[in-house]
Amino acid sequence: MAEKDLSADVALAVRKWQKKRGALIMILHEIQGRLGYVPREIALELSKQMNVPLARIYEVLTFYNFFELEPPAKYVISGCMGTACYLKGTPGILQEFGRLLGIEVGQTTPDGRFSLTTVRCVGCCGQAPVVLINGEVHSKVSPQDVPHLLAQCKD
Amino acid sequence: MAKLQKDDLEGIIQRHRGSSRDWIAVGMGSCGLAAGADAVYRALEDGARERGLEIDVRRTGCLGACHAEPLVEVQVEGVPKTLYGHVSAEWVDLILDSHVQLKRVVSRLAVPEIAERLTTCNDREQPEPGRQYKIVTRNCGAIDPESLEEYIASGGYQALRRCLSELTPDQVIAEVERSGLRGRGGAGFPTGVKWRLTREAQGAEKFVVCNGDEGDPGAYMDRSVLEGDPFSVIEGMTIAAYAIGASEGFLYIRAEYPLAVARIESAIRSAKLAGLLGKNILGSDFSLNLEVRLGAGAFVCGEETALIASIEGKRGTPRPRPPYPSVSGLWGGPTCINNVETLANLPPILSKGAEWFRSIGTEKSPGTKVFALTGKVRRPGLVEIPMGTPLRTVVEEIGGGPLPGRKIKAVQTGGPSGGVIPANLLDTPVTYEDLAALGSMMGSGGMIVMDDQDSIVDITRFYLGFCVEESCGKCAPCRIGGRQMLTILERLSEGRGTPEDLEQLRQISKTMQAASLCGLGKSAPNPVLSTLRYFPEEYERAIAPAKANA
Repeated sequence: MAEKDLSADVALAVRKWQKKRGALIMILHEIQGRLGYVPREIALELSKQMNVPLARIYEVLTFYNFFELEPPAKYVISGCMGTACYLKGTPGILQEFGRLLGIEVGQTTPDGRFSLTTVRCVGCCGQAPVVLINGEVHSKVSPQDVPHLLAQCKD
Repeated sequence: MAKLQKDDLEGIIQRHRGSSRDWIAVGMGSCGLAAGADAVYRALEDGARERGLEIDVRRTGCLGACHAEPLVEVQVEGVPKTLYGHVSAEWVDLILDSHVQLKRVVSRLAVPEIAERLTTCNDREQPEPGRQYKIVTRNCGAIDPESLEEYIASGGYQALRRCLSELTPDQVIAEVERSGLRGRGGAGFPTGVKWRLTREAQGAEKFVVCNGDEGDPGAYMDRSVLEGDPFSVIEGMTIAAYAIGASEGFLYIRAEYPLAVARIESAIRSAKLAGLLGKNILGSDFSLNLEVRLGAGAFVCGEETALIASIEGKRGTPRPRPPYPSVSGLWGGPTCINNVETLANLPPILSKGAEWFRSIGTEKSPGTKVFALTGKVRRPGLVEIPMGTPLRTVVEEIGGGPLPGRKIKAVQTGGPSGGVIPANLLDTPVTYEDLAALGSMMGSGGMIVMDDQDSIVDITRFYLGFCVEESCGKCAPCRIGGRQMLTILERLSEGRGTPEDLEQLRQISKTMQAASLCGLGKSAPNPVLSTLRYFPEEYERAIAPAKANA
């Protein structure tokens, strides 16, 4: 059953893009947009349906930072490491998140609820420093705001 | 909207001018939204409905005054148009009751000092000295980015109409060449020359590409334009395609900019419905299809040949040039790649003429430049200034100078590929040549202010760390040289440097500049070399004391 869903998922994305040239990256975006990451089974299925070697797919997946190979945590917390945010204190904010969650940047809490990561620049430099929680931008964050931001991540 | 013909534009403008409804506009670019503009917008809509007010609540793009977000502008008959800053949902009732109903400006929320700084090329033919002048961002924050009608009413598509009905492609190229417009992505290559090369290149299929892969961390000019005025980028691309003879084009935009992607996609749909994209544009025999392709978080994809590989669905690794994309680009066809800001300059150039554009800015750098002014400055935001404006005017007058009690140490332009300019050189005019002479570069428009609390060595380490992580690894000078320099800079920023380290940095920098394959590796040493040149004392302090005395 699950397998059937999988190939249907892939088929949908492939069908949408198959007539366009150079569509692999857009198909991967489509899949990650739906599932939050690109599972190995999907990559295998995609390789079959598009008739593209698996190595070509992983070459792309591993080159681009945006693609995730593991399922995301329930709450993905990303500190912006653009220059403006860096200067205005992202490292201290990340440290505070890490201290309260007991993890380092790049790690996920054992219960899979939180992961702590960095993002290059979301272009909100005028609001620096910013933190993204599941894509939502929080502006002018200070280490004192961290407990409050975590408290908003309920259930 | 039915398919438009060339003569239909005037009717839209007249109809739009005829409607004199009152309105309230909320700046809803990414930075406005981050500051809470969405809640303000909803509160205004609810409040207006509850009161039964005959007023349009509109969404606009970014006005550039990021420090005062969320921004709300109110136009009500009988009251001067007023801009309000730092508006939160709890102030909405006051604005609706006082300004809209009693026709009394809420002066404690008004920010006239911002409003009066925002002169656009729609208001005045020429900039005022020391002030901003908006050509590229003329519509940002002024129109609803999802309304084609508002874009046309503010003068949009006049340039395309002129090109299609009065000018041959060669005449369009000649006019762009005469304007002196140079690429705003950073390198400053003359846009008209790029177009001519692509037009003259042999190839059955030609392409136009918009480079919206704004990778410089600390810069968001392109994001603001894509979000705030997507039609002007599309009109610019359409003109470029007509000039070079392309019928297909791609907008390559960072996946980290979801709002920009959504606005561009919406604009492409509207333009298609109105016959401004697709077959027989404005009733002519010129056709063009545009499509969005997403970046996926690779800085190197801002480089032309890497960008092409990425649109083709591959790893974004650069290849040696020549052949340049203008000869052999996407799928081997001649391809013209222009940056977002370059494209947004084109509609005003072709509707107002090359001579007008040339009259702004300097001889060799005509026009304006948009900067994302950020870091340790009182009023960070997006600013657009005539070329030739001194850095000091930007940082001190427009940006409001240093934070209270601090002193400005340096200004960084050009991002990880640029250089650091010390405070004593702030009188330098902003032009391609002057910034390059200081060992920095115009770059795409990041301008980051650093003050006396920032360590120059640490910031250099930060920039180099960025380039090392983003190096694609294809050529050795960049892959290995960058890593070696980063090791040295890490040592220095912990105060454990050796006296030989500084000479090593210079040596590796020279090798990387000379031998790297693409712009990333060639320019990665710029922050190192410029800081070594202007802040040698900070490096010397970073050398471990025991060895320094030896």
